[in-house]
Amino acid sequence: MVPIYAYLILAAVLFTIGIASFLFKRNIITVFMSIELMLNAVNLTFVAFSHVHKAVHGQIFVFFVMVVAAAEAAVGLAIIIAIFRTRQTLDVDRINLLKN
Amino acid sequence: MPSHLLWLFPLLPFIGFVLNGTIGRKLPRAAVAGIALLFTAIPALLWVWLWFSMRSQEILQLSTTSRAWIETSALTVRFALSVDHLTLIMLGVVTCVGFLIHIYSTGYMAEEEGYWRFFAYLNLFMFFMLVLVLSANFLLLFVGWEGVGLASYLLIGFYWKKPSANNAGRKAFVVNRVGDFGFLLAMFLIINHFGSLSFTEVFGAITSHPELHGGFLTAIALLLLVGAAGKSAQIPLYVWLPDAMEGPTPVSALIHAATMVTAGVYLVARSHVLFDRSPFALGVVAIIGAVTALFAATIGAVQNDIKRVLAYSTISQLGYMFLGCGVAAYSAAIFHVMTHAFFKALLFLAAGSVIHALSGEQDMRLMGGLRKRIPITFWTMTAGVIAIAGIWPFAGFFSKDEILWQTFSHTENPLHYLLWAVGLITAGLTSFYMFRLWFKTFFGEERFDEHALGHHGTSAHHGEDDQASAHHHHGVHESPWVMLGPLVILAVLSVIGGWVGVPAAQFGHDEIGHFLAPVFASGGEAVEATASHGTELALATISLLTALIGFFAAYTFYYKKPGTLGAKATGNPLYRLVSSKYYVDEIYQFAIVMPIMVTSRLVLATLIDGGIIDGSGTFAAFLTRLAGNGTRRMQSGNIRSYAGWLAAGAALVILLMTFTALAQHLK
Repeated sequence: MVPIYAYLILAAVLFTIGIASFLFKRNIITVFMSIELMLNAVNLTFVAFSHVHKAVHGQIFVFFVMVVAAAEAAVGLAIIIAIFRTRQTLDVDRINLLKN
Repeated sequence: MPSHLLWLFPLLPFIGFVLNGTIGRKLPRAAVAGIALLFTAIPALLWVWLWFSMRSQEILQLSTTSRAWIETSALTVRFALSVDHLTLIMLGVVTCVGFLIHIYSTGYMAEEEGYWRFFAYLNLFMFFMLVLVLSANFLLLFVGWEGVGLASYLLIGFYWKKPSANNAGRKAFVVNRVGDFGFLLAMFLIINHFGSLSFTEVFGAITSHPELHGGFLTAIALLLLVGAAGKSAQIPLYVWLPDAMEGPTPVSALIHAATMVTAGVYLVARSHVLFDRSPFALGVVAIIGAVTALFAATIGAVQNDIKRVLAYSTISQLGYMFLGCGVAAYSAAIFHVMTHAFFKALLFLAAGSVIHALSGEQDMRLMGGLRKRIPITFWTMTAGVIAIAGIWPFAGFFSKDEILWQTFSHTENPLHYLLWAVGLITAGLTSFYMFRLWFKTFFGEERFDEHALGHHGTSAHHGEDDQASAHHHHGVHESPWVMLGPLVILAVLSVIGGWVGVPAAQFGHDEIGHFLAPVFASGGEAVEATASHGTELALATISLLTALIGFFAAYTFYYKKPGTLGAKATGNPLYRLVSSKYYVDEIYQFAIVMPIMVTSRLVLATLIDGGIIDGSGTFAAFLTRLAGNGTRRMQSGNIRSYAGWLAAGAALVILLMTFTALAQHLK
């Protein structure tokens, strides 16, 4: 059997990588990808625990997370396309019209 | 007279005040005067009716109350008026002398600006004074007490464009306030011990407990004395009265001679049940009265302003009244209140007539020889001077002599002979300085320049240096009849007013003593019937002689050989001391006023008000600004910083959740 901590460590590492690239990357698409990465890391954790406790609750929750991820990706990408049309850039730092 | 009509006494002048105060400015002067006179005349007439109805039906007391004013479990106070014989006399003095002075004022103030304001304030004063005199409990009396202090402040500062008048008004009010503080403390003690402020309840409780003596009763009595000393200008709270002469002369006559300043005496007389149980307090009253009488008389003897002499004379005579109260001779004190009202009002009004004749001159060194020029003023003032000097058979002799006699025979006080001697010396001094005033003003050569009258700066008659003043009456002129009429009436009263108190030793019936006996008959009254009439007559003769000595001294130094005293006085250190009023004002300024002002400015204003109170507001603003500045960084417009804040917030929440879960798990 693979011990549970292996899954958890993997998920944690994935989550950390997701957070780091979410904070440090300049390309909006990359930021979105990192958000998906974070969500998937959390999914992995849920499934791992569901397997350990021999219960189905974790996997049910994974469904919900996936639905939210999909919806959010759709909306987010639509916003990005709208911004790209006006600002002609995908650089996060350049989308700063609200800055005083 | 139905008792509910008592409410009309204070109500009518109040209506006059409201009318003159609101629309008086737009009315012609005759209308303003008419309103003021009407609402003062009716109370006087009501008093006459009250007098006759109470006398004919032998009613001792008439009272009326209303619904409760303050109603708590510990204390109930109502609006309640009551009239007994003491009130009747005070009421008569206030309404009748007040009415005469109102008439006089219509003439005296005829050319002043603010005519409507003067009469509004005068009616306001009448309202409060009547409330004070008619009140049946301490609290309503205190309302009247404070109110007359207010009216006095307003009227002293009537010529508000003069800084000296404003200062005088403020001084009067503040010094009065000190006395009021004592009065308030006394009332608190009374509530504490008797649970009521009504006269009948408090005095009834005291009389029905003959064992009550000294102790807290002394405390209450002494505190009431503090209040009375403030209002009636006794040591140490007399300093406001001489300055109060800044007000128009009718104000000095009404408020600072006849009525308001007697409120303190009235308070002591009304609370005689309380004072009788505390021989110590009575002794203090007597000593303060006697010392004040002598002290003020010495200062009055060296004053040059005619009104200042009369002001110090008032303080001195009030001292006599306190002396009378202090030897439990309350009816004698009230008798003197009455006669003093007559002759002092007369003296002030006549002085006003002199000032009016000279278009504003008040310095006696610039008067002289007026008796041929203004004869009616001269003769009426003469009546007043003889009365106050205590020369038989004018009014002042009987009342002053009664007080002196009672002091002499009041063996309960170990100092009574000394007090009598002080009173006697003061009587001599009174005679001296009053005749000095008389000679300097009306006799001798004319020291005023007739053609310069009213044009120079010492015109204290008007509030401002008014070149366009209508007071260019060239030359000395007698006052109009509206001013002389009251003078004549008061002069007659000064002559005959004492005849209601001729003692048995002089073959009289002492009507006033018997009239007031039911009010003051609670024991402790000075021995009367068994005292030897011989001694009384002897003392009366001594007082008369002292007054005549005073007259001859004034005659010698101010008529036969004018200027001799003046020559000896200048440079004399004792003279400098007395003419600087014993530096009392300066001492108060240094010892009391300055420390208070310094504390107020340096500590209270800057440290506490500016520092702590303003500072806490400033500090709260600083904190808000700080928080605002910090939170501003979250809204930078930079998307990546939003991301950063988001991550940080999420981390914080996760930490919190972990640790709370851990803590719960480990419990």
